Amino acid sequence: MANTDTSTSEARPILAASSPHMALLAPAIAWLIPGAGHLIQKRWIRGFVLMACIVAMFTLGLAMDGKIYKPNTGDLLEMLAFVGDIGAGGLYILGRMLDWGSTAITYATADYGTKFIVVAGLLNVMCVVDAYHIAIGKKP
Amino acid sequence: MTLALQVSHFTAAVTFAFFASVVFGITTRNNPRDMLRYGAYCFAMFIGGLFVAGWIMWFLHH
Repeated sequence: MANTDTSTSEARPILAASSPHMALLAPAIAWLIPGAGHLIQKRWIRGFVLMACIVAMFTLGLAMDGKIYKPNTGDLLEMLAFVGDIGAGGLYILGRMLDWGSTAITYATADYGTKFIVVAGLLNVMCVVDAYHIAIGKKP
Repeated sequence: MTLALQVSHFTAAVTFAFFASVVFGITTRNNPRDMLRYGAYCFAMFIGGLFVAGWIMWFLHH
């Protein structure tokens, strides 16, 4: 038994989890502030690059007059778009609070912008999962 | 009156591909070298897919 434990820890030394609380804290912070889940685990470059990409996508989406979806029970695609949007966490909350984005998609660029906002949320979900994997020691 | 950013479909698609590729690279690979390589691969696939889809639509239209 002792041999097995020793060989496992020697074979994968980088996979030790940082702390038990981090597995909860990192994904929550990562959702609220894109990239912050990596930053609190001292993955500085990755954190800042992810933050820049997601914030840039969300901001470009707004600049293109994209729409931020509200909770709805209408069209299936609108419900899915809301699920995508909410992945952006703090950016979505801020956007709703300050009433950012257009109310209707009236031209092509606004449609591109809407997709940028949805995908910024979905990419942030990938960052949340990645921050969790780092916290539990599954990823260096 | 709001002044919205006006971009072409191609510019929007390339910008989208760039940011998505960076996030894909960082989140799906374990070391910086692999992250860069996979990010570049995703970007190339996005752009390649863009041209292939464009030509398919051109042939369908004509």
